[in-house]
Amino acid sequence: MTEALLEVREISKSFGAVLACADVSLDLRIGEIHALIGPNGAGKSTLIRQIAGNLKPDAGSIHLAGRDVTGWDTASRSRAGLCRTFQISSLAMEMTVLQNVVLGALGRRGDVFRFFHDPLKDTGLVEAGMHALERVGLRHVARDRTADLSHGQRRQLEVAVALTLSPKVFLMDEPMAGLGMEGSRTMTAVLDGLRAEAPILLVEHDMDAVFALADRISVLVYGEIIATGTGAEIRADPLVRSAYLGEEATV
Amino acid sequence: MRRETWVGIILVLGLLAVPLWALAVDEPYTITLATRVVILALAGVGLNVALGLGGLVSLGHAVFFGLGGYAMGILASHAQSYTPLAEWPILIEGSKSMPVIWLVACAVSGLVALAIGALSLRTSGVYFIMITLAFGQMFYFFSISWPAYGGEDGLSIYVRNEFPGLNTLDPIQFFGVCYVILCLALLLVSKLSRSSFGLALVAARQNAERVQAVGIEPYRLRLVAFVISGVITGLAGALFADLNRFVSPSMFTWQTSGEIMIFVILGGVGRVMGPVAGAIMFILLEHFLGGLSEYWHIYLGALLLGVVLFARGGLIGVLAGREVAHD
Repeated sequence: MTEALLEVREISKSFGAVLACADVSLDLRIGEIHALIGPNGAGKSTLIRQIAGNLKPDAGSIHLAGRDVTGWDTASRSRAGLCRTFQISSLAMEMTVLQNVVLGALGRRGDVFRFFHDPLKDTGLVEAGMHALERVGLRHVARDRTADLSHGQRRQLEVAVALTLSPKVFLMDEPMAGLGMEGSRTMTAVLDGLRAEAPILLVEHDMDAVFALADRISVLVYGEIIATGTGAEIRADPLVRSAYLGEEATV
Repeated sequence: MRRETWVGIILVLGLLAVPLWALAVDEPYTITLATRVVILALAGVGLNVALGLGGLVSLGHAVFFGLGGYAMGILASHAQSYTPLAEWPILIEGSKSMPVIWLVACAVSGLVALAIGALSLRTSGVYFIMITLAFGQMFYFFSISWPAYGGEDGLSIYVRNEFPGLNTLDPIQFFGVCYVILCLALLLVSKLSRSSFGLALVAARQNAERVQAVGIEPYRLRLVAFVISGVITGLAGALFADLNRFVSPSMFTWQTSGEIMIFVILGGVGRVMGPVAGAIMFILLEHFLGGLSEYWHIYLGALLLGVVLFARGGLIGVLAGREVAHD
């Protein structure tokens, strides 16, 4: 109990007659990567949106570092240490790469209402940003316009911004989406090193990455978690095989 | 130095050179024209904070322009007729002092911007445009139907207000006052756009979700930007009223909002010097085309269309190239 930094307790959400999320409970413990997998339409996005604060659950509660954050908005949860990366890169595209990470560092510091303070001349902010870029391997493009980055680099930048926030919990929505073999490998290495800093709730379709990284895996099917366990347990679970992995194995 | 900086310096110096030349050859009308450019540019600088940096398409900035104007008109008319503005609960006298009038104009515009912003920033896109427009119309009809301050006829102030140590009725001295204020406002906005606040505000325009994800609430950023924007435009309104020594409900019309927006678009949305370039262009067109035909707005419309279709960066964009992310 005490080790869980993020705890989702029996949350439900329905859209009209469609039950998108049925009594879902899961937790994220210190030092782990907990992967959330499930076929398309299983309700992963709905769950992520509820945890991030974009969507309010009909029932149940969400706890972050021991505090009930169910009623909080996105920005408040972010300030409390929940850091989300997006499935589709969500960056300020007209800004430079450095400006994007500096924005993160600024948000982390929390003093955004300064009208005569140039954040790009603030060594603290710039160093925090550059350090984050270094870790994901983007230091050499710091001065480039974000829109000029390749798809893979944008995914990396997304993680770099997350790093500047030094959060308590990472919530990562398909960080590997659209990455090539090489990109996936780099990203896997980055995430692997990250779990020591803060645990990661990882939503991912790339099964190689999931089984390589995850300490625990939860399988979501039709809005319900049908199994939670280690990679080996999940692989062996007959329910999971029929619902999910079985379909892929035949491909 | 960057090309945009050079273009800015040339514009600012040019704006100073023209009235000085006019003074030398004794052409007071040209000085008044230059003063008009400066004041309208200031109004545009105000709108540019909301529109350019924050991406807030406000079609209601005439509210602040008009409030500034009426702040001047009301205070000065009471001073002119030696009647107090209020006797209860405290005695408030009118004023003929520019600094006092400016302060009141800024405070009133700021407070109203806070109220309008707090309500209308809950919406976005076309709804935001419509709500700001609706507020503008409310103030317009209110000013028409308030007989105490001239109603439809407006208010005439016979003598220009005073600034310590200056003879403000001398066109070049009044120009100087307005010019200094414009330069200060430009400096302020230039600092603002490079500040932490500016970075977050621009990021919120480009991607609100991103800003929320780093723990910053876009609503608060936009509200502060809207207030700053309203204050600057309000100050311009007070100066405009002093230039004409006349205030009327026409300052509150949606055409006024539209014109302020045209300065910003012609000059270059989000560019610090954009409103200055836009106001210069607007007044030149009005002056030269207006002499040719009463329907000069046709040409203005065509030009605006051209800018929107082919030169998104406005005049500054054409002269100084695409906006570079400064670092």
